[in-house]
Amino acid sequence: MSAEEQEILKEFTSSEYKYGFTTKIDSDKAPKGLNEGIIRLISQKKNEPDWLLQFRLDSFRKWLEMTEPEWAHVSYKKPDFQDIHYYAAPQPKKKLDSLDEVDPELLDTFKKLGISLEEQKRLTGVAVDFVMDSVSVATSFKEKLSELGIIFCSFSEAVQKHPELVRKYMGTVVPKNDNFYAALNSAVFTDGSFAYIPEGVRCPMELSTYFRINEAQTGQFERTLVVADKNSYVSYLEGCTAPMRDENQLHAAVVELIALEGAEIKYSTVQNWYPGNSEGLGGIFNFVTKRGLCENSAKISWTQVETGSAVTWKYPSCILKGDNSIGEFYSVAVTNNHQQADTGTKMVHIGRNTKSTIISKGISAGVSNNSYRGLVKINKSATNARNFSQCDSLLMGDRCGAHTFPYIEVGNSSSKVEHEATTSKIGEDQIFYCLQRGISEEKAISLIVNGYCKEVLNKLPMEFAVEAQKLLAISLEGSVG
Amino acid sequence: MLSIKNLHAEVEGKKILTGLNLEVKPGEVHAIMGPNGSGKSTLASVLAGNEAFETTEGTVNFQGKDLLSMEPDKRSHAGLFLAFQYPVEIPGVSNINFLRTAINERREALGEEALSAKDFLAMVKEKSKLVELDNKLTNRSVNEGFSGGEKKRNEIFQMAMLEPSLCILDETDSGLDIDALRIVANGVNQLRNPERSFIVITHYQRLLDYIVPDFVHVLYNGRIVKTGGKELALELEEKGYDWIKKEQEQVSA
Repeated sequence: MSAEEQEILKEFTSSEYKYGFTTKIDSDKAPKGLNEGIIRLISQKKNEPDWLLQFRLDSFRKWLEMTEPEWAHVSYKKPDFQDIHYYAAPQPKKKLDSLDEVDPELLDTFKKLGISLEEQKRLTGVAVDFVMDSVSVATSFKEKLSELGIIFCSFSEAVQKHPELVRKYMGTVVPKNDNFYAALNSAVFTDGSFAYIPEGVRCPMELSTYFRINEAQTGQFERTLVVADKNSYVSYLEGCTAPMRDENQLHAAVVELIALEGAEIKYSTVQNWYPGNSEGLGGIFNFVTKRGLCENSAKISWTQVETGSAVTWKYPSCILKGDNSIGEFYSVAVTNNHQQADTGTKMVHIGRNTKSTIISKGISAGVSNNSYRGLVKINKSATNARNFSQCDSLLMGDRCGAHTFPYIEVGNSSSKVEHEATTSKIGEDQIFYCLQRGISEEKAISLIVNGYCKEVLNKLPMEFAVEAQKLLAISLEGSVG
Repeated sequence: MLSIKNLHAEVEGKKILTGLNLEVKPGEVHAIMGPNGSGKSTLASVLAGNEAFETTEGTVNFQGKDLLSMEPDKRSHAGLFLAFQYPVEIPGVSNINFLRTAINERREALGEEALSAKDFLAMVKEKSKLVELDNKLTNRSVNEGFSGGEKKRNEIFQMAMLEPSLCILDETDSGLDIDALRIVANGVNQLRNPERSFIVITHYQRLLDYIVPDFVHVLYNGRIVKTGGKELALELEEKGYDWIKKEQEQVSA
């Protein structure tokens, strides 16, 4: 942030919030801008306890002292943080008992995205918690889950109903001053998801949340907290898609996973936000902090398929604190046209006999830039730690870029760290081979790309994998030839 | 079936085919032989529609259609199959998935319904026997980690699956030991029928002991300079190509 911007920001934040707290706001949207007043407004709107307001204010004060990071291999026009609405909610509605009560227009949108609630309810047994413009509008399967003592609800609801759990775990994996965007999120997050799996319970269905940015110029600051108690298991799906936009939209989410002793969390993401048009205009800025903590013998597995966003900056990480804990990261990141992605993971080995696996598949097309950035850190205490990393890049055309930035820090000589990297191009000869067998060029590319990503796609739950395959094909349409 | 008239083709500005003529009727097997660099593989590539080769003159009529104006995948749909000299590997794509996609793409293009999984698998089982292809190979990624012989058997297996009307075998015998050669040739022979034609491109007469051709053509300097029956192959095996080269020099002198 420039000195001038700092100055402006200070001016804003030091002055009283001139709109007051009771001003009627059209469609329940906060005015643009960020200051303590706005934060108090958000907290008040959400009827939050004082400790959470203090958490927000503390985060905000820390954020003010931080500067936007510039080390990522991306370039973009930095967001004007005073030109963003930090709170927007659809018109308040009474609690819904069934789908019939959901806005038909909304249902229609989800149908277009291929996410039919009815179908999901009937066929897949997925409990879905939709987040639409920061406020959850439909939650299903809750009763079935609650029989097992599983809590799966919006973050706001968790704050109201399970404040002790939220307070205990929130900010323990991603501290509020962790980084610039995490601090911002901690100050202004509006909603998100919360899941708690009690000791020894195996969650019988995939917990699924579809995020969506709907209203123009609404910054999205989602917060997800998943706590798997001792010896429990949960598979969590996060997927999102957004409609066309002309202006950049900032998304700075925080996801915290906590796997207590012997627990396992599988976290899968398919991300397909508006990447901007073919000239690189518009599109979502996706600056996300995702991190999980593993206690003894716990396991966290991140799987992501990233095809959207204009700029992506994201490193789902694992802190392998407990002995014998396991961290995994499986990633496919696609960039096309002017998209930029700097993504990877951090595996921090602290406990003994900890293991981590990193499989990263980057695909670059158009004039895009795709970077893998990963840290494998073996602490002094991590006796017999093991890591295996494989980072592959696939180039389509000759105007795109693929970059790999592996960082390896080893502090214990009994550990074993392996790193493999390859870069390849989709061969004309591969495409010709497919064509000769009667497979069209588009299909051929889809086949070859899906084959290249197979190791990662295999890690996704079935219905998600099918969706992801389609997404890969759509994202790369017309990128060869 | 196939009628090639005065075909000229070049690659990167270098003239390779210089007025090639060839007539192939249904059910016929034509062997094309010739010394290195005579244009044998170029002919296969041009017929299949490889963009690296530019056709500068001539016409190719395939079952009443102008072959040269068709896209490579459309040529495939029309019944043209090329068994590659060097089949490429496609990591992560199973042979089965690849073939199912290929078959259903063609069926769609021809306005037919997609083959059901059951029918498809039954077909795989039947056709893989033709070339003694192991079940494991059909489930592995396309050509990945296959031996030279396995790759060539896989080509013939794909050919059997796609049921083409014109099969072009581009040096399918290269790199094969005698057992693999027998298996491949046996597979091809079982696919021979009165409607299906073959163009067998080879360096050696050996393959033609197994796949007995109706015609043998000698390609030299981008043109067919001699045509005969299967006995021509034996003559070439015995005498080499030098006498053909000399003959040509005399003709042009």
